[in-house]
Amino acid sequence: MRALLFLLALLAGCGEVWNDPYPAAERGENILYSVFANRPKHLDPASSYTVDEALFTRQIYEPPLGYHYLKRPYELIPLTALEIPKPREIDGGRFTVYEIRIRPGIRYQPHPAFVAENLSLDRVKIKNLKSPYALPLASRELTSDDYIYQIKRLAHPQLHSPILGLMEEYIVGLKEFEGRLQKENKGGWLDLRQFPLEGVERVDAYTYRVTLKGRYPQFVYWLAMPFFAPVPWEADQFFQQAGMAQRNFTLDWWPIGTGAYMLSENDPNSRMVLARNPNFHGALYPSEGKKGDAQRGLLADAGKPVPFIDRAVFTREKEGIPLWNKFLQGYYDSSGIGSDNFDQAVRVSVEGDATLAPQMEERGIRLDTAVAPTVYYLGANWLDPVVGGDSERARKLRQALAIAIDWEEYLSIFSNNRGIASHSPLPPGFFGFREGAEGINPLTHEWQDGKAHRRPLEAAKKLLAEAGYPDGRDAKTGQPLLLYLDTTQRGPSDKSEIDWWRKQFAKLSIQFEPRQTDWNRFQEKLRKGSVQLFIAGWNSDYPDPENFMFLLHGPQSRVKSGGENSTNYANPEFDALFERMRDMPNSPERQKLIDRMTDILRRDAPWIGGFHPKNYALFHSWLGNAKASEMTDNYLQYLRVDPAKREAARRAWNGPVLWPLALILVLLAGSIIPAVVGYRKRERMAARPAG
Amino acid sequence: MLAYLVRRVLYAIPILIGVNLITFALFFVVNTPDDMARMQLGSKRVTPEAIEKWKAERGYDLPLLWNSGAAGAAKATQTIFFQKSAKLFVFEFGASEDQRDIGTEIRARMWPSLALALPVFLVGLAVCITFALLMAFFRASYLDLSGVVLCVAMMSISTLFYIIGGQYIASKLWHLVPISGYAGGLDAQRFLVLPVVIGVVSGIGASSRWYRTIFLEEIGKDYVRTARAKGLAEGTVLFRHVLKNALIPILTGVVVVIPLLFLGSLLSESFFGIPGLGSYTIDAIQAQDFAVVRSMVFIGSLLYIAGLILTDISYTVVDPRIQLQ
Repeated sequence: MRALLFLLALLAGCGEVWNDPYPAAERGENILYSVFANRPKHLDPASSYTVDEALFTRQIYEPPLGYHYLKRPYELIPLTALEIPKPREIDGGRFTVYEIRIRPGIRYQPHPAFVAENLSLDRVKIKNLKSPYALPLASRELTSDDYIYQIKRLAHPQLHSPILGLMEEYIVGLKEFEGRLQKENKGGWLDLRQFPLEGVERVDAYTYRVTLKGRYPQFVYWLAMPFFAPVPWEADQFFQQAGMAQRNFTLDWWPIGTGAYMLSENDPNSRMVLARNPNFHGALYPSEGKKGDAQRGLLADAGKPVPFIDRAVFTREKEGIPLWNKFLQGYYDSSGIGSDNFDQAVRVSVEGDATLAPQMEERGIRLDTAVAPTVYYLGANWLDPVVGGDSERARKLRQALAIAIDWEEYLSIFSNNRGIASHSPLPPGFFGFREGAEGINPLTHEWQDGKAHRRPLEAAKKLLAEAGYPDGRDAKTGQPLLLYLDTTQRGPSDKSEIDWWRKQFAKLSIQFEPRQTDWNRFQEKLRKGSVQLFIAGWNSDYPDPENFMFLLHGPQSRVKSGGENSTNYANPEFDALFERMRDMPNSPERQKLIDRMTDILRRDAPWIGGFHPKNYALFHSWLGNAKASEMTDNYLQYLRVDPAKREAARRAWNGPVLWPLALILVLLAGSIIPAVVGYRKRERMAARPAG
Repeated sequence: MLAYLVRRVLYAIPILIGVNLITFALFFVVNTPDDMARMQLGSKRVTPEAIEKWKAERGYDLPLLWNSGAAGAAKATQTIFFQKSAKLFVFEFGASEDQRDIGTEIRARMWPSLALALPVFLVGLAVCITFALLMAFFRASYLDLSGVVLCVAMMSISTLFYIIGGQYIASKLWHLVPISGYAGGLDAQRFLVLPVVIGVVSGIGASSRWYRTIFLEEIGKDYVRTARAKGLAEGTVLFRHVLKNALIPILTGVVVVIPLLFLGSLLSESFFGIPGLGSYTIDAIQAQDFAVVRSMVFIGSLLYIAGLILTDISYTVVDPRIQLQ
């Protein structure tokens, strides 16, 4: 026992931490430590579309365009392109041409696909491969053919690109091209270079043109997404070799790009590692930012070549408790804040301002917040006979509900005030969003003392009476008004939220019935239009007002055309304005159209209020240049870590506490004594007479 | 015995078909092929054509159980059930819905599962049997009563509480081990200490109480009285005679779970970040990945049947009077 205690004391005295989850060899290295919760489903740029996947794909693939790291509102910048392409209309506006010129001299990461012998490997060799990177590696220069090849891949029958349907509406000849590939597809490698695509044309080794039907100004935003990143044909041929898929060696799991990082370790069950791409063409840290960025030290590295970090280790954490504790122990460099930890991390003042809790400040942790380009809303199905349609009765009912349902209270109770009640579909930071008094919905709010205040309940009751439901009863039949809310919240923990919804309707004496269902059935009901009221959300693809307003565009009705307009809202005036606004560049005229569209939406209220969530991010003091961002997903190259500072903090925060171990051992030993005494006593006991 | 084993293996075939059928029915009552396609393709911008293409490519455009449009045997074979289930019997699991090879995943993930489950099983068995024997030794004393109360208390606590409490105390407060994570090779031990301790401690209550009951029943038998009358020490009586004779009921519960150790623990693997088959199954259920779910249920059934056969064989080892015919 004494020896054990001595050993424990010796180990503690070594100054080593025992709970470090990383190999000792990594200590002091220029590595970023982060997490991922859900394993990515696709890393192929033709199929990848989710935030979980963007965490990796955006560091590896380089589409022609990207977003400025610091500027807000988000601003497009060239990545591999020489400039942002200007649309050129031809045939009197029937077609639009985008000519994209890429920089010469950009090279791919080292990859086995660029070695000719690796394109005809035998099955046994593939079977014994531990990683594709175990093969000889090479690189080659990026050319416009690679961008063209990838656009063709969007129509590949086996890749199921989520944007194929949308792009077929715009890229000339893509639909016919897809039909041809369907016929040609016999399994195995389909060499897309053999099949011309009418709307995508090679000009020279560094220039290509994309021809669109009509106008589509938002196309440039798609050029900033991995769907339009280059893929070399060699990679497709390499991974299509027999036996590769059985070893999980596919482009879907082993991406190849020209970005600042390459995927060096790929275990989506446990850990993904990005390593610096030795062939990266180089980029500079931005010299301009948003107001206040310089004071926050975000311009200290202005003009310096990036990336700063050598490797990024992403560990899979499925549960919130280990993630949070490892962040506090210094084993993750940044973290979000879950509801369970919010009170521990953040203090919210009476005015609603969030500041860090003292124990976080003591550790030098920084807080950054950003309103997400997302909206959650209570939708009213336009096809429903009670809450939907263009009648005055239904409109006033929706307006009454829009006043009565207190989204500010909802955010306060269920989201720690992490969000702002929406007054229009557009979140802050988007062109068309209006701040302050002119940005409020005058039907639901009033501007007083520099703040938006929800209108009193009496206004809602008045509207309800005007709708023909005084005191929540149908004035004609006397029957109580019963409304249904379709929701996917059906667990025991959701009861409080359902109770809150019941309370909101009860304010107007409206009877309320939740229809709780699983996600699949909910989606089916939306498709069939058999919902009445429902909660839905949208996370934008790009920072353009079109990407929110289209959710209310009549021709994109979910029931009628399978589109994203889940409320099936249809207003000819709104639709006409949308179609004009969609094709315009940002300008005062466009702002006017958006203002008018917003007024129509406020009056019609197909969305009965909602909110834009606010994301909170925590950064340790050794993580530099970190900024909460929702669009600039290729952030990794801009970050900087101070490994020595991190190492010192980890040692200070994680010294093993050994006395409880010693105490447990003593207690265990102590508890054995009565057992030993009892055993001996029994063994020595003389026989006793029965009875 | 060989004839018995062959018979048992043959019995396994209809059982496996039945399990497959039930899994299939349960899965497709909740999820339609359209739901699966939407889950894989995402909920944004998915067109009905894309869903139809996804289904056609993966064979989910066929009827579920009976293809009335086909002729002859194809009525049964040209169905989702047959196409997806038949290959399992030759251990061809195919690819998951996100196109990763299931066989490769299982081979990679079973080792972390085993690395956690095997020590929990072995250490837990040793601790629980020893503790139960001690309670039996001190039967009807305050020590025995305290032990039983402790067991009841321990078995009343949820496993989740042990896990969260263990992580909080051992890792957060005392900084003794990593709170979660995994590494291959010998480095795995750092990550396994805490889940193994928690796995053992959380199982002590129920197992020890059950073993105690078995031992107490055995202690009252004539051969024990004879052993004592011979003058054997109580420890020898318990460990050499009682334990041996109490093995049949213990083996019934223990041997059957040995093959299932490969499948890992659903809860522990999720909380401790161990990339085993337990968390693989949970992920697949959440992602509506039928290919993985049916493979895991098939393997689970197969291992369970193997466990039952092993149990029967183990009876013949510990009791020579038993013969398998």
